[in-house]
Amino acid sequence: MTEVLTEALNVLLLLFLVVCAIAVAQIRDMLSAVIVFASFGLIMAIVWQQLSSPDVAMVEAALGTGVTTLLLIAAISKTRRTE
Amino acid sequence: MEDQIVRITSRLVAPFIQVYGIYVILHGHLSPGGGFSGGAIFGASLVLVALSFNLEVGAKQISHDTASVLESGGALGFVITGLVGVAVGANFLANRSAGFPLGEVGELFSAGAIFIITAFLGVKVASTIVTLFYNIIEGEEKSGNAH
Repeated sequence: MTEVLTEALNVLLLLFLVVCAIAVAQIRDMLSAVIVFASFGLIMAIVWQQLSSPDVAMVEAALGTGVTTLLLIAAISKTRRTE
Repeated sequence: MEDQIVRITSRLVAPFIQVYGIYVILHGHLSPGGGFSGGAIFGASLVLVALSFNLEVGAKQISHDTASVLESGGALGFVITGLVGVAVGANFLANRSAGFPLGEVGELFSAGAIFIITAFLGVKVASTIVTLFYNIIEGEEKSGNAH
């Protein structure tokens, strides 16, 4: 029972990843794209944890979700918000 | 960005992120994570405060010049720790044969050179992230073509 639930969770996470990746490429508003990209990184961190590599998950959560988002927001504040 | 919710939240959360980052750095030889992960977490908290308040508050925590010095110092400490092994007569980055005290397995202050190297690596990564952020924010203003 637990294996089935874990498998379902993994499939759900991967589906969310694909949806997020397509959405980042499609969204025209830069700030929204950055926020969707942050949620992509957060889900990716959980996927790394599911692949039993917790240190990579830690780096993904800190760098992929935190620092990348902050740097991209800093870049947006320097340039235009819409494409 | 002048948002009160963002300011208060980041001011409340930042100390906990920093303590967690230091915890991950210091337990690098015992648990998942280490110098890179902990340094990234610690640097992210510094950048978070600098971005949610303003650059003056961020520079009060750690200025651009201090971050640059710490960045070079972290790499230098790594190399010097490795060269201790050469000076004693063992290999580069030697641990037990260079005479570092190994301690008990599972204790915080153990594993000799790995503990020291992880600490230097954490300082290096955290200050690198801060320097990256400051370079993006201040880069154009320093070269004098900001609009």
